[in-house]
Formats: sequence, structure tokens, C-alpha cells
Amino acid sequence: MKIRPGYSAAIQPSEITAEAVYLDRRRLLQAALAAGVTGLGASWPADATSGGAPLTYKRNDTYSLSEPPNKFEDITTYNNYYEFGIDKSAPAANSDRFKPTPWSVTVAGEAERTGKFALEDLLKPHALEERIYRLRCVEAWSMVIPWVGVPLGAVLQQFKPTSKAKFIAFKTVLRPSEMPGQSVDVLQWPYVEGLRIDEATHPLALLAVGLYGKTLPNQNGAPLRLVTPWKYGFKGIKSIVEIRFTEKMPPTSWNISAPHEYGFYANVNPQVDHPRWSQARERKIGGGVFASRVPTLMFNGYEKEVASLYRGLDLAKNY
Amino acid sequence: MRRDHAFFVRRFIKPAVFLACLLPLALLVLHAFDIGGDLGANPVEKIQDTCGQWGLRFLLITLTATPVRDWFDAPWVIMLRRMLGLFGFFYVLLHFLTWLILDQGLYWPGVLTDIAKRPFITIGFAALLMLIPLAATSTKGMMRRLGKRWKSLHRLIYPIAILGVWHYWWQVKADIREPLLYASILAVLLGWRMWKKVKSERLRGHAPAA
Repeated sequence: MKIRPGYSAAIQPSEITAEAVYLDRRRLLQAALAAGVTGLGASWPADATSGGAPLTYKRNDTYSLSEPPNKFEDITTYNNYYEFGIDKSAPAANSDRFKPTPWSVTVAGEAERTGKFALEDLLKPHALEERIYRLRCVEAWSMVIPWVGVPLGAVLQQFKPTSKAKFIAFKTVLRPSEMPGQSVDVLQWPYVEGLRIDEATHPLALLAVGLYGKTLPNQNGAPLRLVTPWKYGFKGIKSIVEIRFTEKMPPTSWNISAPHEYGFYANVNPQVDHPRWSQARERKIGGGVFASRVPTLMFNGYEKEVASLYRGLDLAKNY
Repeated sequence: MRRDHAFFVRRFIKPAVFLACLLPLALLVLHAFDIGGDLGANPVEKIQDTCGQWGLRFLLITLTATPVRDWFDAPWVIMLRRMLGLFGFFYVLLHFLTWLILDQGLYWPGVLTDIAKRPFITIGFAALLMLIPLAATSTKGMMRRLGKRWKSLHRLIYPIAILGVWHYWWQVKADIREPLLYASILAVLLGWRMWKKVKSERLRGHAPAA
């Protein structure tokens, strides 16, 4: 049996035996197999606040920036996740109660293999990669983030999408008891997002499970989130529980909320302003008080990689 | 107003309120040096938002001086009104300067396009411009010189407050709860004034001819 590296380090003591966690990887796997866990034996951390369990991964240099990433503290205390509140400090403050384990994802729609899959099964066939990506928020600020994840396209292929699968629709979990923001009516819950299938299978599209080499903190979308670095941050749907292959363009949360401000594509584009503010320049987080804004790049700097996806498409209309 | 009251307000209450009004700024400065907190990942936004919020709050607090005087029979409150209004202007100005210098980095093409093209910035800027003559004519000397016109000029505070709330409302992404709160408070403050005016006009209308 070929065992691929990847998720081994996510084994938690509570999953096996208390001693197992101190053993080396091979013995850990044996212990897991002995305990009746199939395959790699890697299982998802079982405790509720599992953000921060170390992961085994390889850096993908082709898709990583050479820029230094933002501080872990900035990435985890300044972000939007309306399910936990509106302020950018709210996700870090209000996500303690959220339980990202155990986790499963429902795969549905135009594919041969559908059903409910445990997260560890979904990830099992894939090696984890680290990718240092730019993130550009539609609010005109940006960060550089070291994600750990698997290429979305590879995950989607395992479900054998049919020829009718033109789009992918994603859904965030609905748990008002653990996500206080979902009791407030600012957006329609659960959050939904979508991609065209050629966007979803683009090598840059990442299903992230980690940040800075460890499992995602709750406030950043644990345990599973989308990262599409050439699009505005709100496309990066968090805590995904459903992946659906569809024939028609699926609805997306911000587009439902304000259709003239947020489109389906949401590609970063300095030439197409938000109706209420300019997208030409952005504030790089981490620069301090005296750093001024810098010009925003077309497709957030990923023009060479993704521009061909949109050839012939009027980007001012399809914002 | 009794004389000893006025003395007490001038000597104690006014300096205390003055210091209290400086607190938001003092906290920003302390946090900028990581004392008792910090300005977070986006310090420029934090400074800009805090100043803008306090500017709006002080303008609304200024507008409560008259109703509070009437409701609680507390004429001395009016002695604080000018100072509160000037603090409103002060924080609004800091808000604007933070945007102009720290956020935009004096990048004029961006600044001018934003003022001209982005309605929420246009109305915010208009409110700031309208505040300038009010601040400039807030001295006793100017009050005397302008006479009756002073009062008419300072009624500009009503449209300014409306523009300020609108400016805030228009820039939030989805959650209008906080601007809605400001709008409600402003509606009460302006509504009360209209109601008072209508009432007094009606009274005058029904008064027997002399």
C-alpha cells in the first residue's frame, strides 16, 4: 500500500492512545491501523479548539510568493467572517465555541460519485502543499498568507463530474448556536459561493485546511475553506459543508445582498471600482501607520496564470 | 441661571468635560505606543474610524444640549455646547486628515477623484466644509459681530449632522445597525425641535390680538 504523506501529523492523542502521539510516524500509523482506522489512518483532530495542530506539507514554490507573509497575529485577528460578527476583530473573539471536528462534506449534483464524505477521506488521496498567496479584500486592504491545502481541482476530480457540471456551488455550515453572527440578519445564511468549473479546476484554486503549517484557526474558516487568490477575499468561502456540481451559475451571498456592488466573478480588478470606493490602490496590512497605499494589480498579480480564463469576457460587466 | 451655578460649571464641570472629550484621542495615542492596548493590524483604519465616530458622536451630543436644557430644566448645559461642538469639529478634522495624509498619502489624483466621484466621500467632505465657518464663528466676538445672522448660520449644524450620519450609513458594507442607531438619535433630536417649533407657532397663532 502506498501511503502518501500529508495528514499524518493531524492525529490527536484522543483519537488513538495517549502514548501514540509521542511515537514516530511509522509506529503512529501502525497504531492507527491496529485501531481499525483504514487507509492513512490520519484523522481529524477531535477536540473542539483544534486550530493549530501541526500539519505535514511541502511548499509549492511555483505558486508561492517570495514576499514575506503577514504576521500570524494579523492574519488571525483582522479578517471578515460575518458568521462570527461584523468587526474584523469579531471572528477571533467569538469563534471559541465553534467545533470544526468531526467534519464532513456533502458532495452533490452533476457528478458520478456523490454523498457525504468525512473530511479526512476527502483529503486522504492528496498531499498537502503550502502556498504563499496574496489576499486582496474587496474593502481595499491586502495581506500575504501562507496557506496549507490541496488543489481544489484534484479534489473535485475524484467525484467524477459529468459533462453537465459547469459550475461548483459551495455552502458554509449553518450553526447559529456556535456562530453568533448567524443570528443577525446582515447576510442570508448559510453563506454560499460559487465558481465556474474551469476556475475551480485552475491550479491556483486551493482548498485550504491550514495556516502557517497548522490546522486553520476557527476564525479563518476551519476546518476547510476556499482560497482563490485572484479574486476578492469574499469568494473564499469558509467552513465548507457542501460542494455541489451544477449546470447553472449558482447564487452567491454578497451578490444576493448587493447585486450592483458584488458580482459572481469578483476578480480583483483595479480598473473596475466598487460603486462606493476605488479599487485602484490597496492598503497592505502590516505596513504600519506611515505606509501609504500601493497600486492594486490586475487579478491580484495572478494575471499571467488566470487571464486566459476570461478572454472575451467584459470584466466591467462581469465584475 | 444662578451665579454660583455658572461659577461651578465654569470652574469644575467644563474642565472635567474638556478632559473627558480628549479621552478618545488620548487612548489612540496610548494605543499607538502599545500602552494599554494596540491599534490592531490596520492602524490607519483604526485611527480614521475612531476619529470619524467620535466626530459624529460629538455633533449629536452637541445637538442634545438644547433638549436636555429644556427637559431637565438645566440651563447651565448650554455653557458646554460650544466646547462640545468644537470637539465635534476637531475629531471630524482629524478623521479627514487621517484619510488625506495617512490613508491616501496625499495622493491627489486619488483624493480628488474620491471626493468628486464617491458620493459618501462627497457628502462627508461637504459636511466638513460646512463645519469650518461654524468653528470659525464660534468666538464671543464673532457672535456679537454677526448678531442675528449668527443663529441662522449655526443652523447649518442640522444639515451637517444629517450628512454625517448619511456619510456613515453609505460606507458600511452590510450591517447598518450602528448607522441606524445614529440616524434614530438624530431623528429624535431634530423631530423634537420641529415639534417645539410647530407648537410655539400654533400658540402664537392662537394668541389674542394685543
